[in-house]
Amino acid sequence: GTVTESEGNGGLPGVGIIIKGSTMGTTTDFDGHYTINNVKVGDVLIFSYMGFNTQEVTVGSSTTINVVLQEDSQALDEVVIIGYGTTTVKDATGSVTSVKAEDLNKGAIVTADQMLTGKVAGVTVVSQGGAPGAGSTIRIRGGSSLTASNNPLFVIDGVPVDGGNIDGISNPLSTINPNDIASYTILKDASATAIYGSRASNGVIIITTKKGTSDGFKATYTGNVSVSQNIRTVDALSTQQFRDYITTNGTASDIALLGDASTDWQDELFQLGVGTDHNLSLQGGNEHYNLRGSMGYTNQTGTIKTSRFERATYAIGGNTKLLDEHLKIDLNANLALVNNRFADTGAISSAISMDPTKPVYDSSSPYGGYWQWLQTNGNPIAVGAPKNPVALLKQRDNSAYATRSIGNIQFDYKMHFLPELRANLNLGYDVSSSDGHDNTYNSATASNVELAKLGNERTYEQSKTNLLWDFYLNYATDLESIDSSLDVMAGYSYQNFENKGSSVSDIQDPTITQFFDFYNVLNLQSFFGRLKYGFADKYLLTLTYRRDGSSRFVGDNKWGNFPSAAFAWKIYEEDFMSGSETVTNLKLRLSWGITGQQDIGPYYPAIAQYLGSTETAQYQFGDSFINTYRAEPFNTTLKWEETTTYNLGIDFGLWDDLLTGSVDTYYRETKDLLNFIPFPGGSSLSNAGNANIGTMVNKGVELSLNVNPIRKDDLNLDIAFNATYNDTEITKLTTNNDPNYEGVETGGFSGGVGNTIQRHTVGYAPSSFFVYEQVYDENNKPIEGVYVDRNNDGEITIADKYRYKNPASYLTFGLAANLDYKNWNFTMAWRANVGNYVYNNIDSNLGYGLQLLNSAFPEVISNGVENVLESGFVNGGAERYLSDYYIQDASFIKLDNINISYRFNNPNDKKANASLSLSGQNLWTITDYTGLDPEVGSGIDYNIYPRPITFMLGLNLTF
Amino acid sequence: CLNDLDQIPKDNDYVLADELFNDPAAYKQVLAKLYAGLAISGQQGPAGLPDITGIDEGFSQYIRQYWLAQEVTTDEAVIGWADGSLPDYHNQSWNSSNEFIAALYNRIMYQITSCNAFLRETTASKLSDRGVTGDLLAEVQLYRNEARFLRALSYAHAIDLYGNIALVTEADEVGYWTPQQSNRTELFNFVESELLAIEGNMTAPKSNEYARADQAAAWTLLAKLYLNAEVYTGTNRYSDCVTYASKVINAGYTLEDTYDNLFLADNHTTTGVIFPVAFDGLRTQSYGGTTFLIHAAVGGSMDPDDFGINGGWGGNRTTSALVNKFNTGIDLTASNNAIGAASNWGIVGSATPNGWGGPDVVLYETSDADVKQCFATLVDGEIKFRPDNTWGNDFGDENGNIAVAAGLYKITVNVVTQAFTIESDPRGIFHTDGQNLEIEEIGTFTDGYAIAKFKNVDQNGLAGGDSTGNFTDTDFPLFRLADVYLMYAEATLRGGGGSESEAIGYINELRDRADNFGKVTSIDLDFILDERARELYWEGHRRTDLVRYGRFSNGDYVWPWKGGVKEGTATSAHLDIFPIPSTDLNANPNLTQNTGY
Repeated sequence: GTVTESEGNGGLPGVGIIIKGSTMGTTTDFDGHYTINNVKVGDVLIFSYMGFNTQEVTVGSSTTINVVLQEDSQALDEVVIIGYGTTTVKDATGSVTSVKAEDLNKGAIVTADQMLTGKVAGVTVVSQGGAPGAGSTIRIRGGSSLTASNNPLFVIDGVPVDGGNIDGISNPLSTINPNDIASYTILKDASATAIYGSRASNGVIIITTKKGTSDGFKATYTGNVSVSQNIRTVDALSTQQFRDYITTNGTASDIALLGDASTDWQDELFQLGVGTDHNLSLQGGNEHYNLRGSMGYTNQTGTIKTSRFERATYAIGGNTKLLDEHLKIDLNANLALVNNRFADTGAISSAISMDPTKPVYDSSSPYGGYWQWLQTNGNPIAVGAPKNPVALLKQRDNSAYATRSIGNIQFDYKMHFLPELRANLNLGYDVSSSDGHDNTYNSATASNVELAKLGNERTYEQSKTNLLWDFYLNYATDLESIDSSLDVMAGYSYQNFENKGSSVSDIQDPTITQFFDFYNVLNLQSFFGRLKYGFADKYLLTLTYRRDGSSRFVGDNKWGNFPSAAFAWKIYEEDFMSGSETVTNLKLRLSWGITGQQDIGPYYPAIAQYLGSTETAQYQFGDSFINTYRAEPFNTTLKWEETTTYNLGIDFGLWDDLLTGSVDTYYRETKDLLNFIPFPGGSSLSNAGNANIGTMVNKGVELSLNVNPIRKDDLNLDIAFNATYNDTEITKLTTNNDPNYEGVETGGFSGGVGNTIQRHTVGYAPSSFFVYEQVYDENNKPIEGVYVDRNNDGEITIADKYRYKNPASYLTFGLAANLDYKNWNFTMAWRANVGNYVYNNIDSNLGYGLQLLNSAFPEVISNGVENVLESGFVNGGAERYLSDYYIQDASFIKLDNINISYRFNNPNDKKANASLSLSGQNLWTITDYTGLDPEVGSGIDYNIYPRPITFMLGLNLTF
Repeated sequence: CLNDLDQIPKDNDYVLADELFNDPAAYKQVLAKLYAGLAISGQQGPAGLPDITGIDEGFSQYIRQYWLAQEVTTDEAVIGWADGSLPDYHNQSWNSSNEFIAALYNRIMYQITSCNAFLRETTASKLSDRGVTGDLLAEVQLYRNEARFLRALSYAHAIDLYGNIALVTEADEVGYWTPQQSNRTELFNFVESELLAIEGNMTAPKSNEYARADQAAAWTLLAKLYLNAEVYTGTNRYSDCVTYASKVINAGYTLEDTYDNLFLADNHTTTGVIFPVAFDGLRTQSYGGTTFLIHAAVGGSMDPDDFGINGGWGGNRTTSALVNKFNTGIDLTASNNAIGAASNWGIVGSATPNGWGGPDVVLYETSDADVKQCFATLVDGEIKFRPDNTWGNDFGDENGNIAVAAGLYKITVNVVTQAFTIESDPRGIFHTDGQNLEIEEIGTFTDGYAIAKFKNVDQNGLAGGDSTGNFTDTDFPLFRLADVYLMYAEATLRGGGGSESEAIGYINELRDRADNFGKVTSIDLDFILDERARELYWEGHRRTDLVRYGRFSNGDYVWPWKGGVKEGTATSAHLDIFPIPSTDLNANPNLTQNTGY
């Protein structure tokens, strides 16, 4: 027979068909055709497909059964992966969001994390800058830890991967070709995540890659070319402005230092970035097996000269059903080869501070022909003089070659004697390696061995091996006698992470060569179980329990217990709702659970060890130099950090699903924070270390709405909107809650060693800015050196600093629109953040008079930013650096993406089509923030690789 | 499988505590770390694997921070940088949040707990379990005493700087717990008892390997404690100070002839250093220690090549208060009489007491009949030389006048060749070219005289071993004989029972050694304080000295920019000790803050 869509004419490929009560089944081919054998009259065929209502058909005498599936835009039957199993949207009890490939961001996307930006309420994705291949910082509900990792757990095809980076690869997602991703599932509340207990406190992102089809061969090619350009430059003083400033304010010797050239140093750094991307995938199969293979190649040059990213990816995925379809085997493997050259972003601040009256090149310069500030003896000025930014880029080669492969094989066996009982064995791996070098040329003044005219040479290699095996048994049955369903699962998981490598630096100068190596192992093991109970298909209960062991801890502290419970009430199934025309879905979800965290960085924080010294850290006894051994700090009392989360959620669908959505509100408290904090003096072998101290609370509300106002055959409009409110507060931080305690210092910035601009303090959000309150004159101009005496003691001391704002947005919004008209498709994505503040370190460090006159180093003058003309500030000084004048509201609205595509159908071959797309990325930012880009993860804006605007032309061919 | 949860390091650089001491050489390597804790900031020179965290590791290095706390808070030094709360040191406006006060505290505590950890690993029972016997056992006993000395040294610093801290010993666990606070007297008694317990069992003076502590180091530390005992405990111990200073003096040390040599790259070859902190430009690298002292003191018109470094950091200078100390202090009559008989030549001019009219300042006969010499105190003005209080045969700068700044000078004139030299105390190694004596802006390097005392060149002017010019070979002389001489003299004057005439003899030894710059015939406590400044400035003694004299805080003695005011102002007495850092108060509920903070 043939399965077709209700609202289209085409056959529906990939529809699952099974004979009810058996395990036999098939799927439809590309055209929606299917054949199924061994069917008897009276058998019931179940047709199910993601996004459509499941339909049952009793087999009569006809050998052809054509079925029209009704689209279920509520997608309530959509299968979602929840860790060691699946559920459906309608039966999910936890806060789970699933995003399919077609709903992810489109356009010039190099790393997979960018597909998720702005898509899901409660999930923020902030790219680490505009460098090609740069990764992102992903936070789910704001992060629950203070100094331990706040990264979510990534599970790729059932393999929880190592969240850390390896030189050359910024995060696990940058190794997955975006074209290979089938869906993302985000688990947010404790009930959903607790089954991953040990590493789930910051949420879980499950990634499923594409598999083969069961309807024969299909090939797809996608390719694109893109160009990127920086939108703005930092407002450094122009050559004329600089000349005027020095002439007006400088001494005679400063003025004498002015040159004749006119160089726009930022222009010298930036270039047009060009990228190209090609992917070819082949897939095929039948009802017994299917296979998909893909290859991808990406090559991008960055908008800062010398930066470049090149990646080749290979992926294979497939599954087969054996033993009368009782045994299902899934296989996935992918491999990425990455070649990355990094630009020294320090060149950005050098380009601002480098004197614009000096030329880029100087044929007489012994330093590679680049003009540099030199002492009278011809040596470079070691401190106080900016380095030629072009030389910083061109005289340094910092490159990494990395490979990463993630894969697994999964056996799922349905017992012949008891089909309700399944056994599942999953064997997975995640291995990566990198080697690279960071070399500074002999002619560079930036080298720290500049007097010896030897450059720096550092080479390194690293390899990581993460091996996984897990096994579970699952028993699911319907207890029709008591109108109940039961699903019980229990399992065990073993995961071992090895991380080893070495580095050698300053090979050029053998007298100071340093060799380093490391070899660390982390072992995690878990026992877990889940019970799902449903009554009358209205009341659903999920209980999970997980016991986790980590090799980071010792003795009784090794193990942590992580239970959760969730309850869901499908209100729309109640009799009193049955007459409702308005409400098509209404579900209430309640959950509670505890999750854990052990990722604090060091591998052996609880074991007493000694560390040898390098050759440059010896000590002299008599005539010999002794390599020393240091007793390392350790803390045997370290244990699991525990996060308790309460979640209340409502899912709804109104007016025949014209409007669907959900609202979640959560309260999350993390106690025994794994915190890097000061240790009591005299107790430990360092002044600070890891201990379980402090509590933190996250509260928030998330709203997701989908509106589908136009639903016609050739015109469809979808609008998805999400909004998140999140508030994070530290509620305990030390053993001794002294009200005068300033808190844990954080947020080092450029402009003087020892300065920090942020504090973790009880009663405030993490990393709140800790600053002086600037006083302004009647024209709203800041008065230099005048701050509010907040404690009224008649003088300005550090006791007058106060906490003012923090870098996290309390409100974030995402808006995506998708319009289909005949063969045209138009999408756009907007995003907004409210309440995020940024410390404008560019202005504070390069925007005062003495920075330009460089009075501490009379033989140098430096440029600065236009802010110096606005503020009129002259002196440096710690107070000025710490003025709230530089803490700026960086709320923004961004048009992230617009994509227009047109599909050409081949009238002769339904399978074949081609589409052309044009898209723009990072198109428009609306903000009051005066720096380059308001989106600064750490809240400190300095030397950030600018995010460029990118235009892309893409081609997609399927045949 | 579950056993895989017990992971131990596989790294070559890390060794389990239980395994390290299977290697007999390890004892000395761990001891070396206890010494290195004073010199470098971590296990990777110059930076990378820090001992303490939360602050730039080079910035927080022990000697660098000790120096800042002892010198920048006083009349001897200002630093121009605006890093963090650094300006609060010279302004005497610090509080318990000051990160540099915390960094020094943390370094001191780190030294103490590291020493404790070593002592815990070398108990008699552990050594016997590991089969340590014979020569190695004797060696390890010696190491233990040196570790106890180093612990006592850091405790002594803590008593002096912070007063009341936790007293932890090898009897306490190393890990994560909250120690009890002890007061200054308890800490004093502990340190005294420790030093008395080990002094007999350390190597004899000058017989240990270079840079390792011996009996003289322990005695010097005891003498220092006793000299300051009244400040620490309220009970004076000056006679004990005299006793232990005498032990050092009688141990056979001699003063280095050329004062400058004590602060050069090859100062490990000099005499008169009792206990140094050793640095090496290639093998003991850090951004603290003498690397800091030398780089940070160079700026303005100073040529980095003269200091054996690749460039200055333009930070440290001094106030006019120190410079002016070199204008007084000797007995002019006795000093001049020691030169020879009065000659008929003299000095005339506006800089002399009697102006251009005379009578002239008398020059004295030397062994060379052509050469006349005298010590004289001059004011800002001009001079010429002439015989017999009359004009006619007078001369000066190419027969014009000679401009001089106010000061105490040794003036030497060859009346035949008309060559002359006007020297001040050679210990005052100031760089004045392009520098202003008085400080208008602390942030401006050229305000205040620079000091060229520490250099990374050897006695022949050759730069240290690090060809990059970053790191220095110059060792920091923590204890030296001149300090012990001055402690002996002061304790004697304070009623400690020593011989005053012997004390005067020691002072004159210092002055003979300082290129024969004058003599003293009598001494008093004010003289000793000033002489300590002249002899020991920038060596980390000044704050302790001023506190002992009651002149650090309050208004009895002010210097430029004391209290944040250009001419200097009175400050509160609670500043005589530093606060317990707020980081530790919050980590340890057993601690009570020092009074006034």
